[in-house]
Amino acid sequence: MSDILHTQHETASHSHTEGHHHVHVHHKETFITKYIFSQDHKMIAKQFLITGIIWAIIGGLFSVLFRLQLGFPDESFPILETFFGRWAEGGRIRPDFYYALTTMHGTVLVFFVLTAGLSGTFANLLIPLQIGARDMASPLMNMLSYWFFFGGSVVMLSSLFIQTGPASGGWTIYPPLSALGQASEGSKAGMDYWIIGMALFIISSLLGGLNYIATILNMRTKGMSMTRMPLTIWALLFTAILGVLSFPVLLSGVVLLMFDRHLGTSFYLSDIYVAGQALSNEGGNAILFQHLFWFLGHPEVYIIILPTMGIVSEVMSVNARKPIFGYMAMVFSLFAICILAFLVWAHHMFVTGMNPFLGSVFVLLTLLIAVPSAIKVFNWLTTLWRGNIRFTPAMMFAIGFVSLFISGGLTGIFLGNSTIDIHLHDTMFVIAHFHIVMGVSAFFGMFCGIYHWFPKMYGRYMNNTLGYIHFWVTLIGAYLIFWPMHYQGFAGMPRRYLDKSSWVSFNQFHSLDAMITVVTILVFAVQLMFVFNYIYSMYKGRRVRSLNPWGATTLEWTTPIKPGHGNWEGEIPEVHRWSYDYGKDGRDFIPQTEPIGEKESAH
Amino acid sequence: MHTFLLIAILLLGFIITFQIARATEFVSVIQGEERTRKQSNRINAFLLLVFLIVGLFGVYWTHHTLADKTLGLGTSASDHGIKVDRMLKYTLIATGIVFFVTQILLFWYSFKYQEREDRKPYYFPHNNKLEMIWTVVPAIVLTILISFGLVYWYQITGAAPENAATVEITGSQFKWEFRYPGKDGVLGKKNYRYIDETQDNSLGLIWDDAATHDDIVSGGPLHLVVNKPVKLVIGAKDVIHSVGLPHFRLKMDAVPGTPTTLWFTPIKTTKDMIKETGNENFVFEIACDQMCGAGHTGMRGEIIVETQEEYDQWMATQKAQYLTAVVEKQAAAKPAVADSSAKKPADSTATTAAKPDSATTK
Repeated sequence: MSDILHTQHETASHSHTEGHHHVHVHHKETFITKYIFSQDHKMIAKQFLITGIIWAIIGGLFSVLFRLQLGFPDESFPILETFFGRWAEGGRIRPDFYYALTTMHGTVLVFFVLTAGLSGTFANLLIPLQIGARDMASPLMNMLSYWFFFGGSVVMLSSLFIQTGPASGGWTIYPPLSALGQASEGSKAGMDYWIIGMALFIISSLLGGLNYIATILNMRTKGMSMTRMPLTIWALLFTAILGVLSFPVLLSGVVLLMFDRHLGTSFYLSDIYVAGQALSNEGGNAILFQHLFWFLGHPEVYIIILPTMGIVSEVMSVNARKPIFGYMAMVFSLFAICILAFLVWAHHMFVTGMNPFLGSVFVLLTLLIAVPSAIKVFNWLTTLWRGNIRFTPAMMFAIGFVSLFISGGLTGIFLGNSTIDIHLHDTMFVIAHFHIVMGVSAFFGMFCGIYHWFPKMYGRYMNNTLGYIHFWVTLIGAYLIFWPMHYQGFAGMPRRYLDKSSWVSFNQFHSLDAMITVVTILVFAVQLMFVFNYIYSMYKGRRVRSLNPWGATTLEWTTPIKPGHGNWEGEIPEVHRWSYDYGKDGRDFIPQTEPIGEKESAH
Repeated sequence: MHTFLLIAILLLGFIITFQIARATEFVSVIQGEERTRKQSNRINAFLLLVFLIVGLFGVYWTHHTLADKTLGLGTSASDHGIKVDRMLKYTLIATGIVFFVTQILLFWYSFKYQEREDRKPYYFPHNNKLEMIWTVVPAIVLTILISFGLVYWYQITGAAPENAATVEITGSQFKWEFRYPGKDGVLGKKNYRYIDETQDNSLGLIWDDAATHDDIVSGGPLHLVVNKPVKLVIGAKDVIHSVGLPHFRLKMDAVPGTPTTLWFTPIKTTKDMIKETGNENFVFEIACDQMCGAGHTGMRGEIIVETQEEYDQWMATQKAQYLTAVVEKQAAAKPAVADSSAKKPADSTATTAAKPDSATTK
């Protein structure tokens, strides 16, 4: 089916090339086929991005709300009662509301923004454009992928409005808490919505992922061997493989949870006495769920970070006017991360009573994954070395990404070592670690990609000044928010505590928490400014006047400024070289489409 | 009112920023875009350098201000905790060096190699020797850290010494309960189906097992003897909790249906800690570290570490749960009709037999 569609596109565009300058494959595009049920990968990318942005605003707003509680536990904010009614009676956030906020903040940001919003956007936009294909292997599946994501979003969003509130057992939804409505309000209907929403999300992710893999493996243009692909494509390939192999495990995990919730099975439940009643479930194992969850959960963090590594590598090379250092090492380290990502999941479970020997195996594998990460950092540094760097907003975010990835990556060495993890597990140190290394870093990679490819998406530039302000406030803010949290973690302060005043051990950080909250509000406001810049520039931004505004070698810049469905007007260009010939033989850059010259030096 | 003011200020700031941003764009068109680009390139390169310097100072200052508030790293109150602290210190030094070197290189290179017209970027696609170095060196450093870590890990998670005291700790929404084995040193059998809070049996002890008869149940604080190893047998009734002991640098999850253990030796008494911290209200705390529901934040327990004599004195005042839950009630019920006691599983073999699945015990 997909092959047929594809050939039709090819013939359609070929037959028209001679006659017209401007060829659109679909002649009769209605509003619905162009903007809603579009099968054009570029439009689907925009749909993913804009849905992701909406989710990011919601998820970010949640963090502002719960930071208000953390920063000012004794204050009351009447405005909260105005908006949230009984969830914030007297302007104070109720504990179950607080936990609903943190849970949905995690779920939304991890899955709906940094997975769908990130992979969905850049895999869709870049794969066909950078490998030289007219569209995805199956544009229909691609469209369905977005609409399943949309469906999952609708279900997840509606869970915010039900009587008992959304899921509130943490984004990891460990049973028995998530299985027992008696134990928590959020484990009533909200949990069912969560599971159904995630099930739809996983279908979307699988449809998308299989499509990305098929496209990259089968539809590269002539001459585009695997080793000539830009690193973005390698990264997106490994990301898709990770997703396809690990998301089904989460699906099976939550389906069993659904059975435990409604069909009286005992997969995760045993020996439970709750709300004055002994349950009949026996023989289940609550830890089993954690294994299933983290079998996705850990690859998931690489699903989030790998695409941004690819984006940053590409943007950094373009703007340093230098080839990425160690291309093959970059590919192999992506590959190594992809394999190891499947073998480290239980480092989230060192203190669950797991067999210590098993724990030590996971320590070994976990710290092993630091090696490819270190290789990548050193290669980025060497790429900057003796470059001729242009600080576009995209490049600023690429540099910020590396800084944050170093900071957050190094704290992973603490947590991956089980001895230290005994103390730091489930403390604010963990919050600091993963927010820096996969939260803010991934956002930096995403911003980097948006600023860089915005001209390709809309034929206009984003406003640079706003871009620089966005970068500086976000970078400084990110460090101000998360760096001091490490110290709260050293003090053993547990995560998910909404008020520390009754504790002797954790009661010493009042002013710090207040500072963090103020900075959070500021950083959130600046993100809104970015969204404004995005929308404003879509319609009013400076127009792109040259085909290749950044002077890049890759294929997407050989398409028209505003490519139609099918991307290239004539034939798809042929590729003759790798994508990183910057500064070679005294030339600024050599496009991939240029044949190798006779006297050209080898790379 | 406060909130609206804040929103108004943010909005105003935003409008001003946006107008400036738009104006600079117009100026750049008039001035020549290339010239503006180069100008902003220089500014941002300089700012990256400033960020590096201010950032490094910020790292130092944060450490200077906050290190004292971290429960005194390096002054752990348990033997295992000393190992954890030591490991933490080594890792902090190793990662600290890498942190400073890489961050300095990152921002310094960015500043130094900013675009200049006379600069030709150096075509440097790969170098096997360099790449080998930064594969092997991190691998070696990590191996050293892993080796240290695993030696400690096995010591901490290994079997408890023979002379270790045993205490059971049970989490439930949102409290901790403790059970001491009494004179026989054995925790009697229990089963969650026997839990009956109306009959003073909140842990589900099986009175048929004579080993339960001297078990002491307490809502806390947990009493421990200094310099004597103790093994915690950890369980939960409803959802997963976690026994977090920040001053001892230890933690173990409490999982319903799957008991876990944790052993350590407290090396400082509560009084020692009061002296050391200068805080009269100091108390060792048990923090629930695993999200367990709306009351998670308040799931607090206390530990008193004391000398053997103090412990013995306290223990002498404690009464076995069996006495409160069964013996005294029976004594009180004797004059009356004996029907109320018929419910108690331990009371007659007939009621126990009526619960066939109660044979499984922990």
